[in-house]
Amino acid sequence: MLESLQRLGRKGLAFFQRLGRGHILLWDILAGLSSLLPRPHLVIVQVYSVGVLSLLIILVSGLFVGMVLGLQGYNTLVNFGAEESLGTVVALSLVRELGPVVTALLFAGRAGSALTAEIGLMKATEQLSAMEMMAVDPVKRTLAPRFMAGFISMPLLAAIFSAVGVLGGYFVGVGLLGVDEGAYWSQMQDNVDIYDDIQNGVIKSLVFGFVVSWIAIFEGYDCIPTSEGVSRATTRTVVHSALAILGLDFILTALMFGD
Amino acid sequence: MTDNDTSLVQIRDLHFSRGNHMIFDGVDLEIRRGRITAIMGPSGTGKTTLLRLIGGQLKPQTGSVVVDGEEVNTLRLGPLYQLRKRMGMLFQNGALLTDMNVFDNIAYPLREHTRMSESLIRTLVLMKLEAVGLRGARNLMPSELSGGMARRVALARAIALDPMMMMYDEPFTGQDPISMGVLVRLIRTLNDALGLTSIIVSHDIAETCAIADDIYLLSGGKVVAHGTAEELDHSDSAWAQQFLKGEPDGPVPFHYPAPDYFDDLMSMQEAGR
Amino acid sequence: MTRRTIEIWVGVFIAGGIAALFMLAMKVSNLSTYTGNEGFEVTARFEDISGLKVRSPVTMSGVRIGRVTKIDFDDQALQAVVTMRIDRQHKTLPKDSTASIYTAGLLGEKYIGLEAGGEEESLQQGDEIQLTQDSLVLEKLIAQFVSSFIESGGKSKAE
Repeated sequence: MLESLQRLGRKGLAFFQRLGRGHILLWDILAGLSSLLPRPHLVIVQVYSVGVLSLLIILVSGLFVGMVLGLQGYNTLVNFGAEESLGTVVALSLVRELGPVVTALLFAGRAGSALTAEIGLMKATEQLSAMEMMAVDPVKRTLAPRFMAGFISMPLLAAIFSAVGVLGGYFVGVGLLGVDEGAYWSQMQDNVDIYDDIQNGVIKSLVFGFVVSWIAIFEGYDCIPTSEGVSRATTRTVVHSALAILGLDFILTALMFGD
Repeated sequence: MTDNDTSLVQIRDLHFSRGNHMIFDGVDLEIRRGRITAIMGPSGTGKTTLLRLIGGQLKPQTGSVVVDGEEVNTLRLGPLYQLRKRMGMLFQNGALLTDMNVFDNIAYPLREHTRMSESLIRTLVLMKLEAVGLRGARNLMPSELSGGMARRVALARAIALDPMMMMYDEPFTGQDPISMGVLVRLIRTLNDALGLTSIIVSHDIAETCAIADDIYLLSGGKVVAHGTAEELDHSDSAWAQQFLKGEPDGPVPFHYPAPDYFDDLMSMQEAGR
Repeated sequence: MTRRTIEIWVGVFIAGGIAALFMLAMKVSNLSTYTGNEGFEVTARFEDISGLKVRSPVTMSGVRIGRVTKIDFDDQALQAVVTMRIDRQHKTLPKDSTASIYTAGLLGEKYIGLEAGGEEESLQQGDEIQLTQDSLVLEKLIAQFVSSFIESGGKSKAE
């Protein structure tokens, strides 16, 4: 009895220690962001590996998600004779939910895991230590640019995802199923609000970008520097990111669209 | 004459532990300027930890580490980084940055800490590469280098900023005889040519004794013997004799602490019954 | 991968992202028809507005000319006060126009339809539309219909 209590206590303490280390690291990274201003190239290189290399999967998934929405939406709406509203259905689901959430999940799998593995291996091969001994702060030089790149890339990727998805819905709805083209766009414009929907979607993706980059970088930086430790950290990044994205999505949705 | 004139690093009454595991239990060390000091001891005695303490990456629980008159363990981050620019460290596996080639690796500290023109950086990098004999390998990526070459590149990077001291973490481990010989010669010539102070952490006795001016033997968190190679050869410490001659049994027992052999076997049989 | 190609790709990526945001703003959302704080506000009082919401459209002759911006309840008069913003370019709506609440289709959303009156003077910022017609509530209609049917049915039986 006492032993299991002790085990619980130890786990709890370890959890809070990790949480504390995570926040300290976040604080250091945020404090290090200003040092990037004179050296934008550091961020550009990371935007390439985090953003540009995720572009293909985002484009393809966005197109297919949009096309599926077009098909499913049409099949439901046509029962009520409301297939004119297809544009609204496709655009609202993409802009409010699927765009930010699916992009963030793909981003965690594609870019987040790569970030964790890269940083974890840099730690395992003593590269981070070597930087410290060369009087270079690895948080400023290595972690801050990666964090910034994730934060910048995520909303752009989500916007691309939603835009491609709307086009995918258009191809299926207007091209294949014969929804009126004018109705598709005008119904969409009538019902999608620039502030309520687009802006809130962008805010969501900014929050997700922040959180996923933070988790990925922390897991890499805090991992046990062995091959097993790095692989565990990579798994944790994907799992924790997914949970954080879905949980935060609920909270943000409740705050934004709850009333 | 103060301590500071002859010795670059002074370690006084150093205590350091990880969790419940005591690594240093009152170590006193002195590294003299311009000389090569070797710190030897069996695996797991915290030799690498000692280098990290000198470099300020770890903080001791008690005691002090003074490098060039500055107490490392109480320095704030800014002055500590200034001090580290004057220290070079060669990591066990080189620790080259894997996303850039050999040239950029060596140029890295120069680009980070100086405002030199690219042409000047190029000249300096080629000079350092020439010193380690790898000028022809400047465009290779770290993954294309052999272990010995990676260590030489890392050595060139460590001396890029012309440090006052060099720390070598197990420089000879896992090297073939030729690259071992190359490294031994490099460490000696660099030390003398650049007027460095060198600290070598190692358990390769023959190579280390060949170039070290001073040798410290560590065991059980304490300094057990100290002197030049000859002095240690004739030392009356049984432990030093065992370590230097590589005898399997002696003050360091062959067996890990265990219950009595016979009892152990019998209890095994009982358990199996 | 040279520095130049990386920078070009990142440029393409950022331009694509901004273009996508731009498309979402202009083509998907209402930004192109968004009037923001431009235009003028008029109010109208209704006995029953059930179904009407903030941001519901205001139309005239079937063309959207504005949106509902606020719905209040007047505690004294026990009436709903609807504030709507009319787009700036529609300056010449007659002052005696009628505001009615309609339903788009049988089950569609509610909107306000304005019918032009004949007066010379036109609606200004802060004016109140005097002539209004309430929302048709389906339940009330059905209830009326059923009760009148029962009444008439009862009579016919009694005769």
